[in-house]
Amino acid sequence: MLKKISFTVNGKALSLEIDIRESLLEVLRTRLGFTGVKKGCGVGECGACTVLIDGTPIDSCIYLAVWAEGKSITTIEGVASKDGELSKVQQAFVEEGAIQCGFCTPGLVLTTTALAESGKEYTREELKRELSGHFCRCTGYNNILKAAEKSLKPEEHQCACGHHGEK
Amino acid sequence: MYNIKGYLDACTVSEAIELLAQNPNLRIIAGGTDVLIKMQHGQFQEAELLSIRTLESMADIKKLEDGTMIIGALATFSQIFNDPIIQAEIPALAEAAVSMGGPQIRNIATIGGNICNGATSADSASTLFALNASLRLESKTGARLVPIREFYLGPGKVDLKPGEILTEFRVAPEDYRGFGGHYIKFAARKAMDIATLGVSVMCKVAAKTLTEVRIGLGVAGPTPLRCVEAEEFAKGQEISKDTLAQIGKLAVKSTNARTSWRASKEYREHLVEELVQRALKTAIVRAGGEELA
Ligand SMILES: Cc1cc2nc3c(=O)[nH]c(=O)nc-3n(C[C@H](O)[C@H](O)[C@H](O)COP(=O)(O)OP(=O)(O)OC[C@H]3O[C@@H](n4cnc5c(N)ncnc54)[C@H](O)[C@@H]3O)c2cc1C
Ligand code: FES
Ligand code: FES
Repeated sequence: MLKKISFTVNGKALSLEIDIRESLLEVLRTRLGFTGVKKGCGVGECGACTVLIDGTPIDSCIYLAVWAEGKSITTIEGVASKDGELSKVQQAFVEEGAIQCGFCTPGLVLTTTALAESGKEYTREELKRELSGHFCRCTGYNNILKAAEKSLKPEEHQCACGHHGEK
Repeated sequence: MYNIKGYLDACTVSEAIELLAQNPNLRIIAGGTDVLIKMQHGQFQEAELLSIRTLESMADIKKLEDGTMIIGALATFSQIFNDPIIQAEIPALAEAAVSMGGPQIRNIATIGGNICNGATSADSASTLFALNASLRLESKTGARLVPIREFYLGPGKVDLKPGEILTEFRVAPEDYRGFGGHYIKFAARKAMDIATLGVSVMCKVAAKTLTEVRIGLGVAGPTPLRCVEAEEFAKGQEISKDTLAQIGKLAVKSTNARTSWRASKEYREHLVEELVQRALKTAIVRAGGEELA
């Protein structure tokens, strides 16, 4: 059974016929080519397939594509600016060496982006809790946590006066 | 691809009920975190799904004028954890909500699905048991209110009749006001794990006495349960280490734990005895009692 849905992916409005049996993961990866959405476990355990739906992280492997009707979806491809400049969160992951093979990275960057955009403050324990839906097989979680903490720090004040970091 | 044969979206509760009455083979899907996993394991073949996820009226959390708390069946675990009314009035339920799954699962899994799925490990169940929550079930022939203790019939089996839909949970004011509560989820991992044991305790204290204690357990038997014997003993007892020890021992009597790959029966019983005491200690403080050394 086919169904027509309209939604936006990374700011671009799309309309397409999808099979009701498809997961959002399948539509994003195979139909639309957003291969930054990774398939790890396929059963909601690992977080590799995380995307933001109206700003909220969800596992796209256990989200039916029909549910995307009217939603605004962000994948990792939509995080950097159009001219390729990395977002603050991406930059923090690079600087903290929070990446090895990179398989878990798109999901972690997206969840961290949602946390940063919430404007809330998180303790270290709360951050661990908020990132606990992502498995990383490579780096260990320390650098990832550091990167997330860096991403959530308020912008440092930078101006010609030379008082770098002071407000 | 999921093994789905048909898919319908209900726009209103009455439409959902009408569709269910017309086609008893329809399977309700809310967050889908149990349904879709079961499909992948081949448990449901060629499913005909009725999605209720857009029924916004069923996602509300509110307090009625008479103090009754209403928790919509479609409220997600993230929503419950972040809800200011739940945090203020029933913090133990917020604790239970945030102990469940991981953030992406909590963002989509619903409390209604958690209970209708019928698992003894459901993280919201023991607290809803301790709260004497009741379930509002609607069908074409009308609505009925069922106490949660009567809703569970056996492992994975609940008293949801064909054509029925769970619309909301209700907690009466006398079942949460004045109580202090605490939920402990015991699992091998801190996150993204199914409970080895879930313990939810609610209590009321006056001076140095326990005036009421309620103990809800998950994974201590084929369904969630209450420790009635321990609760009756506790009423009117002076708060002391000895009282708590006795309550812990009596709690084990209500259980029917079994050995699974997660833990042996003996280990689970030991956990019941120990964790009931720990949860009660915290609940006492939250109910305004003094901390036991
Ligand atoms: C990775 C992962 C981790 C998990 N971790 C936990 C955990 O830590 N603790 C825990 O308790 N659970 C856990 N679960 C299980 C699951 O997420 C929960 O049980 C969840 O609350 C189910 O809600 P849902 O909305 O997704 O239900 P669905 O899958 O949509 O539905 C579940 C069942 O309830 C029925 N149903 C749903 N809503 C209604 C309604 N309103 N009226 C009538 N019938 C209805 C459906 O027909 C189905 O039989 C986990 C699942 C996954 C995939
Ligand atoms: S692939 Fe979706 S959570 Fe693992
Ligand atoms: S960097 Fe390899 S899985 Fe995380």
